[in-house]
Amino acid sequence: MLTTDIQNAKVVYERPEGFTDLTTHYCPGCTHGTAHRLVAETLDEMGLREHSIGVASVGCSVFSYNYFDMDFVQAAHGRAPAMATGIKRVFPDRAVFTYQGDGDLASIGMAEIMHAAGRGENITVIFINNAIYGMTGGQMAPTTLPGMKTTSSPNGRDVETQGYPLRMAEILATLDAVSYSVRRSLHDPANIRKAKKAIRTAFEAQRRGLGFSMVELLSSCPTNWGMTPLDSLAFIEQKMVPAFPLGDYKVVDAVKSMKMKEG
Amino acid sequence: MAKELLKGNNAMAEAAIRAGCEAYFGYPITPQTELLEHMAARMPELGRAFVQAESEVAAINMVYGTACTGKRVMTSSSSPGVSLMTEGLSYIAGTEVPMVLIDVMRGGPGLGNIAPAQGDYNQMVRGGGHGDYKSIVLAPASVQEAIDLTVLAFDLAEKYRAIAVVLADGSLGQMMEPAELPEMQPLRKGTPDWAITGEPGRPRRLLTSIYLQPEAEETTNIRLQRRWLDVEANEVRYQETYLDDADIALVAFGTAGRVALSAVRQARAEGIKVGLFRPISLSPFPVAQIRQLASRVRSLLVVEMNAGQMLDDVKLAAQGACPVEFYGRMGGVVPLPDEVLAEILRVSTHPTADLNGHTRAAWLDRLEAGRGGN
Repeated sequence: MLTTDIQNAKVVYERPEGFTDLTTHYCPGCTHGTAHRLVAETLDEMGLREHSIGVASVGCSVFSYNYFDMDFVQAAHGRAPAMATGIKRVFPDRAVFTYQGDGDLASIGMAEIMHAAGRGENITVIFINNAIYGMTGGQMAPTTLPGMKTTSSPNGRDVETQGYPLRMAEILATLDAVSYSVRRSLHDPANIRKAKKAIRTAFEAQRRGLGFSMVELLSSCPTNWGMTPLDSLAFIEQKMVPAFPLGDYKVVDAVKSMKMKEG
Repeated sequence: MAKELLKGNNAMAEAAIRAGCEAYFGYPITPQTELLEHMAARMPELGRAFVQAESEVAAINMVYGTACTGKRVMTSSSSPGVSLMTEGLSYIAGTEVPMVLIDVMRGGPGLGNIAPAQGDYNQMVRGGGHGDYKSIVLAPASVQEAIDLTVLAFDLAEKYRAIAVVLADGSLGQMMEPAELPEMQPLRKGTPDWAITGEPGRPRRLLTSIYLQPEAEETTNIRLQRRWLDVEANEVRYQETYLDDADIALVAFGTAGRVALSAVRQARAEGIKVGLFRPISLSPFPVAQIRQLASRVRSLLVVEMNAGQMLDDVKLAAQGACPVEFYGRMGGVVPLPDEVLAEILRVSTHPTADLNGHTRAAWLDRLEAGRGGN
């Protein structure tokens, strides 16, 4: 008979303290849940959970404030970096972060993200790039791949009339006041671990007052891509990574030389 | 403190600082830019937050962020810039966080011009942004009053967790007058019990304007409407001049009220029994006072630097108790006291009997005739 030794059992995986008890509203297979967990774990490990202020955006992550057990505000579409600016400027010792999707950050909120980065606002931006508008039901995003079918590019994104995807990690890396701008992916465990490390680095940069930090995360949207969760992960690896290469686009020396205590 | 010669924009900025404003976010636009410039110099030297935003859209959302922390915060702009801010204003109202906006109005619509006007009355008094909300709107008629109302705006915004607007215009922003600034208030220690502060050791707080369940959103709306009833009951402000024995009452706010007062004085010198009712709080509007006034004068004459935006509110308040006449100039044209005097003379010698006449059509006919071939 199989017996379990409860006395000597070791917890190897549990809900982060940074999470509330709610079940998320995200679709099965969506990587928002993974990204949320990485942020919550990171803030737990850094002891920042109770010193954090999150800024939720508009899109599928509009209700992210329900899932993080910390002070949160809900911004207007695209304006999260401006709202975070208003918070960070009067509470500079708090960990202030935005959590934004591609429509929010790279379309309607392009001015706000560029100028928050240009000013070197000492905030951290978690940018979920799944190449589509999720909440409104699958329209073309500024990061939609050429030829990719969406409900507003039903014949596939035509670069002649609808242009090309915007590569935000690279664009933000051109700005002097940015301390950290990288792209990671959430399509497999190895990449998820790398993403976690980048999120930790971004928050550490903020804690040290080094200026604007952004982690772009390639993410899946099985529902609006019309794929199974597994096929969606394969799509990230095979289609999105080539269009949005993973890598460190800007890591200033002060960030490179940070010594991080392992959590 | 002693009186100093102060420019309106600088005076309002300094008044806000002395009222304990801890953060200012704005964008340059004439004729309010000196306000932003004053803040750019003063806020950093006091260790307070100042950001010249990339747009009015960003500025109001920065205000939104600070407002959620419970610290005193403001922005300032002029008409086209305020139009850009209306999205944020609706969110701020829906989230029930306090803020102050100073709108130094200019001629419009569109890009318009940089001359003084009052065309933002509807935008500010009627809400501006989407949804059901009201802002407290205070209209100064002098630099001194602009100082006093700016200080008051911070108190009222906080008291009612609402938006308080100081609705000035280009002439008030640009003119210099002797005025007295208040003493510097100490910054408040502590924050309200709803504020987002990232403070450890207490349950998390959330500030939002989204309530996905219609019933929950209606609950929020009911709370806003109930709170507004308190504002209406407690915060009506106005000034009456020469109204005790008046046959004709002018109704005018801000700079138009100041011009109207000059005309009233001239008319009094000619023996005409005319007075001035100047609403100071445009929102809440002095409805009961105007209703009462309408019942004891022969005519009301509304004077504005727009096409009769407050006129509608005066007519609603008067409830047909007397004829309501109108004289306005638009597009940045400031009426001269002589023009208003001519209107007083006209109303006093040809009292209107017809309550159903088209007030604006008659006014436009007179206005165009008066302008000649211009």
